[in-house]
Amino acid sequence: MDRPPLILGLESSCDDTAAALLRGREVLSSVVMGQAELHAAFGGVVPEIAARAHAEKLDLAVERALEDAGVTLPQVEAVAVTAGPGLIGGVLSGVMLGKGIAAGLDVPLVGVNHLAGHALTPRLTDDLTYPYLMLLVSGGHCQFLIVRGPQDFSRLGGTIDDAPGEAFDKTARILGLPQPGGPSVEAEAAGGNARRFALPRPLLDRPGCDLSFSGLKTAMLRERDKLVAAQGGLHAQDRADLCAAFQGAVRHVLAEKTRRALALYLEEAPEVPAFAIAGGVAANGAIRSAMESLCAEHGVAFVAPPLRLCTDNAAMIAYAGSELLAAGERHGMDLAARPRWPLDASAAPLVGSGRKGAKA
Amino acid sequence: MDPRSHELHLPTPEATAALARGFAPLLVPGDVLLLSGGIGAGKTHFARALIRALQDTPEDVPSPTFTLVQEYDTRAGPLVHADLYRLAGPDGVDELGLWEAFDDAICLVEWPDRLGTEAPADALHLDFAVGADDESRHLVLHWQTSRWDDRIPGQAA
Repeated sequence: MDRPPLILGLESSCDDTAAALLRGREVLSSVVMGQAELHAAFGGVVPEIAARAHAEKLDLAVERALEDAGVTLPQVEAVAVTAGPGLIGGVLSGVMLGKGIAAGLDVPLVGVNHLAGHALTPRLTDDLTYPYLMLLVSGGHCQFLIVRGPQDFSRLGGTIDDAPGEAFDKTARILGLPQPGGPSVEAEAAGGNARRFALPRPLLDRPGCDLSFSGLKTAMLRERDKLVAAQGGLHAQDRADLCAAFQGAVRHVLAEKTRRALALYLEEAPEVPAFAIAGGVAANGAIRSAMESLCAEHGVAFVAPPLRLCTDNAAMIAYAGSELLAAGERHGMDLAARPRWPLDASAAPLVGSGRKGAKA
Repeated sequence: MDPRSHELHLPTPEATAALARGFAPLLVPGDVLLLSGGIGAGKTHFARALIRALQDTPEDVPSPTFTLVQEYDTRAGPLVHADLYRLAGPDGVDELGLWEAFDDAICLVEWPDRLGTEAPADALHLDFAVGADDESRHLVLHWQTSRWDDRIPGQAA
């Protein structure tokens, strides 16, 4: 049997600059250069948005990925690069480098949708069989997808406003907790009473799998301001209780919408039913355990790839590229960077207002 | 002296959306709207309604908090929706290409304080604040040049 090709993956669509080497489902190396150190002088959580910084770091990331994998550039047999969606400058840097390497080595080049990289990660880590149900849930994304193939996705629903990761960050901002908000809100919530504050459950009263998290932040503000007005500030217990209520609301909404998505997915009678959750929010223990028990209840395998492969990385891009290459996909020097690139172009856009949620 | 400011009470989210929809057709590339106000004050809600009103083919209008900038092709020309919260200052704005966008696109900018003194002088400022109840918002519009004199939404003639 032929050995699968050695694929170089490149990712530069958002904050991180990443390169990885992959053969088959084996990740030989995965380098993610976060940009926090670059902006440490500013003292805040500052994203790396600079195309220039990506351009400066990308070749270093490739160099290190080659070194970590113990291979040399001429051994690379194909290049997979994120071609969107994302900040155009960053994406362009990656696409240009990918073209340069592919042309220089005379090997195939394939452009990968960043979101497809996330959506296919459960195949890389757990070899899931198509079709599987996927919840992509992170700072910038929240959608339910049925993944049928490397380029075949059906969106069942998604957020009509903020993504849950963003809601966690903003809740942390509202309560004066450190960023990123996910871990700090979860830690606070551990000591809190989720029943003290009744927060809304946006869109829970409506059919379908769409979600909304914007109204939750308004409700949080309201509760905080009431407490500040009444007692001149927030006690530690107030903050813990607010975090617990917030996390409980997000978990409740995500679990209920997942239940609906599972029902739609199971209608298709998949041969090996599986549900995968990927993205930073999957790291939240409370949310994760709610999903796990839902899956157990429905006899569906539960998969949550390790966090290092759920946050932005290039191994997932190399993997998605490998599936595209196996399907005969090739891109030329005219491969374009696409700032917007929906996975399921046929799905109706997410519109409407979720502000009027059912009260808990 | 012309105060060049106008205050509005927006009793519901729908009122905010309706204001945005009514304002949308008056915009042309080069117009910059600076949307200020705290978390949950309605900045993104206003921007989303405005963008949708200009789209021939509806598509998602995600929050730009994580992506920093979302670009749209609208019936009125290119439109840029930016959220500068995560920027430390005007330096990052260079990288986003916002200065070019201020000339060539309709720009909706959240957290414009990050622009510092570099904010365009002829921008329209929209300052949102949470109202007395969950639903309502208070909006103050202000501007410094004649660019906006005849286009202020909700202003009696």
